[in-house]
Amino acid sequence: MTAADASNSGTTLIDALLSASAAGIIELLSPYPPGWGGALLVGLLHSIEIALGATCLGLLIGTAGAYGKLYGGPVVRDLLAVYTTIVRAVPELVLILLLYYAGTDLINQALTAMGYQRVDISGLAAGIAVLGFVQGAYSTEVIRGAILAIPQGQIEAARAYGMSPGLLLRRITLPAMLPFAIPGLANLWLIATKDTALLAVVGFYELALATRQAAGVTKAYFTFFFAAGVLYLLLSLFSNLIIGRIEAWSRRGMPSLKEAR
Amino acid sequence: MMAQSAVPVLKHTAQGGAAEAIHVENLHKRFGELHVLKGVSLSARDGEVIAIIGGSGSGKSTLLRCINCLENPTSGIIRVNGEEIKLKADSHGHTVPADRKQIERIRSKLGMVFQNFNLWSHMTLIENVIEVPVHVLGVQRDVAIREAEKLLARVGLAEKRDVYPAYLSGGQQQRAAIARALAINPRVMLFDEPTSALDPELVGEVLKVIGDLAREGRTMVLVTHEMKFAREVATHVVYLYNGLVEEEGPPEQIFGAPRSERLKQFIRNIG
Repeated sequence: MTAADASNSGTTLIDALLSASAAGIIELLSPYPPGWGGALLVGLLHSIEIALGATCLGLLIGTAGAYGKLYGGPVVRDLLAVYTTIVRAVPELVLILLLYYAGTDLINQALTAMGYQRVDISGLAAGIAVLGFVQGAYSTEVIRGAILAIPQGQIEAARAYGMSPGLLLRRITLPAMLPFAIPGLANLWLIATKDTALLAVVGFYELALATRQAAGVTKAYFTFFFAAGVLYLLLSLFSNLIIGRIEAWSRRGMPSLKEAR
Repeated sequence: MMAQSAVPVLKHTAQGGAAEAIHVENLHKRFGELHVLKGVSLSARDGEVIAIIGGSGSGKSTLLRCINCLENPTSGIIRVNGEEIKLKADSHGHTVPADRKQIERIRSKLGMVFQNFNLWSHMTLIENVIEVPVHVLGVQRDVAIREAEKLLARVGLAEKRDVYPAYLSGGQQQRAAIARALAINPRVMLFDEPTSALDPELVGEVLKVIGDLAREGRTMVLVTHEMKFAREVATHVVYLYNGLVEEEGPPEQIFGAPRSERLKQFIRNIG
């Protein structure tokens, strides 16, 4: 076979693939059975649910963690240092396997020991709890840094006017630290959307698992993983849009950097 | 240079019967090894304007900041409105307020104005001014806004109500900070070097506002480097040296006929 023949048969192959895909891809990705598009979208929806839940939980843990690290007693600070160090040191996949299997097992053992029935912990709740626990460690550091970036005079003024610690947190510290925290928290959100894929290993039905099933059944690996990639990309682009809005709002009192240039 | 120097100041000298708004007795403050205040006493009756003067490191700002426990005194007695601030030792042996509710209540009666303004940067001027009345004192929002608009007009910032602090000059920010302090209808105004961070040409506009407040009989404790201003508005001047009251008295005496050698030298150097 000459080089020309080889290249010829190559183009015919691509042509054949393209013509097959032209009709086939749409059918495969159709949201209605026998298409697998619907399955992918359900997976995406589950991924978003997990990412949203985990980020919210992470923000709560992160705010409390940052406060504890900055203002807590020595015991609280040490415990939080152990938490952030361990969680950030161990690969997330390992943590997910550990917390998912060991965590559900521990809860069930505790329940049986207390004389209750074993429960089936939903994948959604477990996923949110596990990823939120991981996100919390990273958020703690992002929020701690952002609180340190607030001009301390603003906190002092709030204290000087008799604000209670809770009011000060809600009215001054959180809104004032937000512009410094948004870039870091936006990173964490985008990481969370993709970390949901790790939950496929524990059998949670999210976008990555849905894609693998669809691809495995139809053998159209490229089509489905490419489609999944596009869905993750769209989610990121949409997130950027929303985050941009939130960041502009959080920086409302700050002159634009362009003016300072 | 300053507008107020042309106007003769009508001082409200407090009568003997006026209630004591601030009473500080034998106050000590240590920062680790550093002994900043070594037993200072101070009293401000209603309507009095107390000016605290002194060189850098004399402890004058620390003294002011101890009055509302922004700095916790190491020992001593502080009474605001006749109510003594309860203090206790924490687990590290530091003195801290014993009753959080009490200190918060007392703080909400003291209008503090800072050297660096410390307006809340994520709030517009009107939001800054209504923040404490609405969220600490529980004033109705619309009532607070009406009051805040009057106060902003009074300090010449009516048209800046919806502007964020970062877009204003230092003088404008400080006037807004004074409006924020006035909004709580304070028993006493505390000024911590209110013009030290300002460009020279902006000092006058802020001193004019403070001078007006003094003239209408507001009780004030003022830490300042502006000697001419202190002489004009103060009813009583306290000269701190190295953590102790070196000399105090009416401004005519402090600036006109100082007795202590250090005060004489301080006035010569400043003059």
